[in-house]
Amino acid sequence: MLNDVAVVLEHMEGVLAEVSFEMLAKGRELARASGGRLVAVLPGHGVRNLVDELGAADVVTLVEHEALAHYTPEAYVRALAAALTALEPRAALVASSSMGLDQAGALSVRLGWPLCAYCRDAHLDGDGLSAVSQIYGGKLLAEAVVQGAHAICAMLPGAAQAAEGRAPGTPAVEMISPPDLVALPVRFKRLIRPEAGDVDITRESVLVSVGRGIQSQDNIPLLEELAHALGGALSASRPIVDQGWLPKTRQVGKSGLSVKPKLYVAVGISGAPEHIEGMRGAELILAINTDPGAPIFDVAHYGVVSDLFDVLPLLTEKIKSRA
Amino acid sequence: MDIVVPVKMVPDLVEELEVNAEGTDLDRSVMKLRINEFDEHAVEEALGLKGRHGARVTVLAVDTGDVDETLFTCLAKGADRAVKITGDFQNGVSSHTMAAVLAKVIAGMPHDLILAGVQAADDRDGQVGVLLGATMGLPHVSVVTGVEPAGDKAVSVRQEYAGGLVAELEVDLPAVLGIQAARQAPRYAPVSKVRQIMKTAKLEAIAAPAVDAGAGSTVRRLAKPEVAGRAEFIEGSPEEVAERLYAILTERGLVK
Repeated sequence: MLNDVAVVLEHMEGVLAEVSFEMLAKGRELARASGGRLVAVLPGHGVRNLVDELGAADVVTLVEHEALAHYTPEAYVRALAAALTALEPRAALVASSSMGLDQAGALSVRLGWPLCAYCRDAHLDGDGLSAVSQIYGGKLLAEAVVQGAHAICAMLPGAAQAAEGRAPGTPAVEMISPPDLVALPVRFKRLIRPEAGDVDITRESVLVSVGRGIQSQDNIPLLEELAHALGGALSASRPIVDQGWLPKTRQVGKSGLSVKPKLYVAVGISGAPEHIEGMRGAELILAINTDPGAPIFDVAHYGVVSDLFDVLPLLTEKIKSRA
Repeated sequence: MDIVVPVKMVPDLVEELEVNAEGTDLDRSVMKLRINEFDEHAVEEALGLKGRHGARVTVLAVDTGDVDETLFTCLAKGADRAVKITGDFQNGVSSHTMAAVLAKVIAGMPHDLILAGVQAADDRDGQVGVLLGATMGLPHVSVVTGVEPAGDKAVSVRQEYAGGLVAELEVDLPAVLGIQAARQAPRYAPVSKVRQIMKTAKLEAIAAPAVDAGAGSTVRRLAKPEVAGRAEFIEGSPEEVAERLYAILTERGLVK
């Protein structure tokens, strides 16, 4: 219905993603403002048991089809387009994740609904729907007024508290007839699990993490020395791994691993949202960057505006001489 | 195989970004532009496929300013054709509009595979690749890290998810892929080679077709996040800073 708020749930291997609960929390806020229902949209195959975790929703729209057993963009987009066409919600929240990147844009074009990407927040009031997008690598926030009766917001992880999206109870389930899911142009072949690397960065209590700001692969040993002195390991942001300077198993962030070490030293990492998503839970974050405006300083506890050569070798020496 | 790579220019995030007087957009008069880094990976993946399997690579750019050197650089790296789509785009262009323009232009050229960067720092209304795929009615996969032919009419791709999980998918051609990272780091074109290409090669220009597509939303406020500066900044000489950091780590029992 026109004032409902739909949340497109994301799940992998039978487990709902944390961002799904965050979106339920945000969706509840929007549904309160619109006076509509909070509808959780659950596409998949054999996922009815997940409904028990969705007490925060007023109703669950289950789109069940064997073609949805494994995630593929085309099948999920077709299924979701059918569900959202039937639901006609005021707003549909989609995760800003790998799957969400596929879904949000395709749904926007197919349904003709505006899309706001990288949303930190969304509001509904007398002026209509507005969304706050985090753009330019997290350096700026754009607050936009959205036109039309329906819209899609791709929500960044961390936009709301997941705990507020968890509630006891099992909501009513509405089934949406599976759409035409034959002759699909994208087919699932297999799931590949991350290879165990030389180091499991999710288990390290100290990580020295390097980003584009280290400038050259030749500077990696300098930081490895600091990591060793601290009894920890070296990790990295995506550009370093894309350059082939460190293996994929060391990558922290959205398309890498989430880490929660006791100490996270971010060296030359600007702090793109995709990176922060993977390390914001660290107990102590120390950031060193030449750009005082780098978003990494928004999540760091201590910051140093400096070149990596000035301070870090001195710190390494101090730690080593103590040991 | 004909591979088309649409690239776009984005503000260089290393530079300070200035917001215009109205507080609704970047001050584009002072902005330094560079190719979207994910588009560099898309170009590299295309050239890698060309090297391994043979392909004709066409690079396209909507002329939002400063695109010539980027396009010449792509030619210097090994692209076969570089096309500039001209029009009134100096004040920026929404992703939906760009996708609609690209869809019409690409429809008029051979295209088996379209490789776009998975995202860009400025795509507030969505990522161009996925919008392009949907506009053209072609299958699309985002966050792709590996592309290999699977027979004549399909490719095998790897899509990355959180936690390092990866799915192998088979995609019928023609298709649009949002490239996260090329198999190899993007190749480098020496300045001398780019200069030489600028003298000998010519960019093709196509006037942008009229389209009816936009973001469907209007920015009313563009500003720096207010939460900034949670970090306590440590200042002083390098020796003083190192001393203070050492003290912080020792207090917390992180140096044993």
